[in-house]
Formats: sequence, C-alpha cells, structure tokens
Amino acid sequence: MPNRFLDLKKFWLFLIPALLLAATIGGAHAGELRGTGDLGIIIERAASRIQIIETTTQTKLFTVEGMGDLSHASVVYSRDARYAFVFGRDGGLTKVDILTGTIVKRVVQGGNSIGGAISQDGRLVAVSNYEPGGVKVFSSDTLELVADIPAVYDGDMLSKTVGLVDAPGNRFVFSLYDAGETWIADFSNGDTPKITKFKNIGKLPYDGLITPDARYYIAGLFGEDGLSLLDLWHPEKGMRRILDGYGRGEEPLPVYKMPHLEGWAEASGTLFLPAIGRHEVLVLAMNDWKEIGRIPVHGQPVFAMARPDGRQVWVNFAHPKNDVLQVIDVETRQIVKTMTPGRAILHMEFTPRGEQIWVSVRDRDVVEVYDTATMEKIAELPADKPSGIFLTARANKTGL
Amino acid sequence: MRKNFKQWLANKSLLTALVLALAVVVSPFAQAADISPERQKALIHQLIQDCGSCHGLTMKGGLGPALRPQDLEDKDSESLADIILEGVPGTPMPPWDFEISPGEALWLVKIMKEGTFNAQ
Repeated sequence: MPNRFLDLKKFWLFLIPALLLAATIGGAHAGELRGTGDLGIIIERAASRIQIIETTTQTKLFTVEGMGDLSHASVVYSRDARYAFVFGRDGGLTKVDILTGTIVKRVVQGGNSIGGAISQDGRLVAVSNYEPGGVKVFSSDTLELVADIPAVYDGDMLSKTVGLVDAPGNRFVFSLYDAGETWIADFSNGDTPKITKFKNIGKLPYDGLITPDARYYIAGLFGEDGLSLLDLWHPEKGMRRILDGYGRGEEPLPVYKMPHLEGWAEASGTLFLPAIGRHEVLVLAMNDWKEIGRIPVHGQPVFAMARPDGRQVWVNFAHPKNDVLQVIDVETRQIVKTMTPGRAILHMEFTPRGEQIWVSVRDRDVVEVYDTATMEKIAELPADKPSGIFLTARANKTGL
Repeated sequence: MRKNFKQWLANKSLLTALVLALAVVVSPFAQAADISPERQKALIHQLIQDCGSCHGLTMKGGLGPALRPQDLEDKDSESLADIILEGVPGTPMPPWDFEISPGEALWLVKIMKEGTFNAQ
C-alpha cells in the first residue's frame, strides 16, 4: 500500500510538469486562437515597414515589409479589428491582416496622400489625397474604387484635402486646404455620395477633428486665428467661427511641424487643442465653444492627447523642441511632469483603458511605454525611425 | 610692342574679370565645402526627416511643394536658399536661419537640385 501511494505521487510529479510543458508549447503555437483587442501597429517611417505589436506584454509579433513611403502614414481598422488599412504618403493603401502579419491587398490609389477614414458600417475606406487633390473611396473588402470625389474649386482647380474623418450616417467629412472649404460626402444612399459644401470657412484649413460624441467637426485654420465648427446634427446651419482671434493679434511664431487635431483631447466637458504659432494648449468649454483657459507649454504643441479617463493630457512638440514630453493634469490645468525621452518624439497612443501610453522616439529608434499612473517608463521596444502608433481600439471610435 | 602690351593688358583684365566672376559664382559652394562631414550628415537627416514632414521624405511634395531636381531646375539657388533661411510669410514655411547658416542653405539647395541626398 505505501508503495502504491508512492507511485501515485510519482505519477503526479511527472504529470504536472508534462502538462505545464504542453501548455507552454501550445501557447507558443502560431495557430492558436487569439483576439486583436490588445494589438496595434507601429509605423517604421523610413523603412517601408510596419510592426504589429501586442500591449499586454509589450512585445512585437510581426513585421510587415513592402509598405511604400510611410512618411505621415496612418491606420484605420476594420470593424472586427482584424484588418488594418494603412495609408502611405505615396498614395498606397494597404490592407493588412494583423493576426497573420500579411498583406491582403495593396493598391496605389493616388500620387500623394495624407490619411484616411473608415465608414460607420465598415464597408467603405476613404483616402484623402494631396495629389490629385480630392478623396477616393474604396470597398474595404476588395479595395476596389467605389467613388472618386475631386476637390474642385474656382472652376478647374484641385485642392489638397485634409482633416478627413468619418461621421455617423456613413458620411465622410473633410476640408479643402487651398480652397478654404469643408465638404460632407454622404454615402447613406449607396455608392454615389451626396456632397454638401461649406464655403469660406477660413484660410488654409490644415486639419480637422470630430468630437468624441461624433457630433461636431472642427477645422483648424493655419491662415487665420481661429477654428471653424460644424454641427453635424444641423449641417443646414453652416459653419461658424470659434476661438476667433485666439492669438490676440500677436504675430504667430513660426511652426516647424503642423499640429495634428486628430489627437483631440476631450476631458470633463473641455477640449484641449494645440494652438498654432503659439506655445500653448488651448482649453475650450464644449457647451459654448468659448476659450476657458490656455496652458503655456514647452514649445509648439503637435499632439495633445487625453488619457481615456480624461484625467491627463500628454503633449509632444515640434522641432527643435521635439525631445520633450509634458503631462497636463486636467483638473488643475498644471503641467505635472516634463520628460526628455529623446529627439523627435513623433506620436503617442494610449492603451484602450489608459494604463499605458506608447511613445515613438524617432531619432533614438525606440518606442517607449509608460505607466500613466506613475509616469515612469516600463518598457522599450526597438523600432526603425518610428512614427505613428495605432492600436486596434480605434476600430470602435468615430473619427479614428 | 605697345600693341602687344595693350593686348596683354586686355587679356589680363579679361582674365581677372573671369577669375573674379568665377570666385563670386563659386564662393557659396566654397563655403559649402567647409561643412564638416558630420554636419552634412545632420543636414541630410534634417532634410529627409524634418523638411520631409511637409515636402515628403523623397521631396515629392506634401502640404509643401515638391522639391525634386525637375521641380527646382529653373529656380535660382540664391532665392531658394533665401526661402530656407527666411521662410515664406503667409504659408506654413517657417524660417530656418536660427539653426541653418547661409552656406548650409546653399549646400542644401545644391544637393536638392542634384537629387543626390537620398543615396547618402
């Protein structure tokens, strides 16, 4: 009897490590089922390459080569968050399966493009082009052209298009940089869009955003001190100027990198926006669109990004002050931390619930990951001249 | 003899004028030659990465105009260098004279006109 007991004990001593080993091998197997909720893409700007990363253990899963000119590249995700649509500067639109790390399809749809959007129903992918100026809309399934919307103004001129976002009702909204217009392309009745144009919105709109509630579209103006606002519930009311003259007539400072409004920061009923030509972050009340404050910062802000819970806003800066990252406490509107990760901090992205922020530091060829509670670095991943970081949570957000 | 002397003088003035003219034309590039290899590397990095933000990594244009050799061939180098140094008011092109010298600006124009910087 004691012997049999011993045998049983030996059996377990053998079995438990065996099971653990099997589990480890199984876990490492490439064919294992997994979700995409903790995945994302890092753009390697000069190497025509993207990395597919995972934020739970901060590791790289795949690299995907052959993506074309990725300067100013951006990404949107399919509604099931399995496929990424990567928009390259060279007009390339590439559909990538992020679970297998492979290119599903790639088309070069324009000469020079600046970003894109995916429709509310996930059926259409729109690309904003500088050359030829306009927006092209593709089937997200096949990448075949569905609609071509040349940004024609003044008879036969074509404008560069900027600030393209999706809006509820299968609409796309974008602005015409050269023409000073904002257009809505409404695809709610099929593949032939109904276009609504808003003229004279202000000089040189350089980017646009849609508020997190998907109701308001705001175009930032380079040529004027102010922004232009469109209420998408009431497009018949037209666009109106907000923050008119926020520079108070002072000569604007030179801008060594254009701010990005996609990184809007909405926190507790306030909107945090990078000022243009001033070293300030502007704070707006979203109920009446009046300025309620401005926060002096280290340099020309490029992105002002709110942590998903709205408690912090992280800000990066234009050249030559682009080695610094600052954190604003939303409640007190004070800078609570200034860090110097290295030259050319190009982009930041929070994990969906905001416990981490991923930061690309181009000239050090790394992406750093910070714990947002302690504001301490918790991981660092090598990346060749990293720029944009795009996590799959964007699949479920209007305007991203 | 006098005739020969006159001719010699004429030739000499011509030579002097030629040398002077050459010196004027060449001098900016003579300055450019003074740019250290490290500084040249830094300027190329800046051209591709920072200028490239608006003009494209390959200078094919973006929010700013294209700056490939074929886009620049008809344009005067000095004027282009001035644009780099002073910026273009009313457009997003900022002045770079706070960190780029006139000689360096001319050297950047030269390598953009040649289109050689991508290879480096």
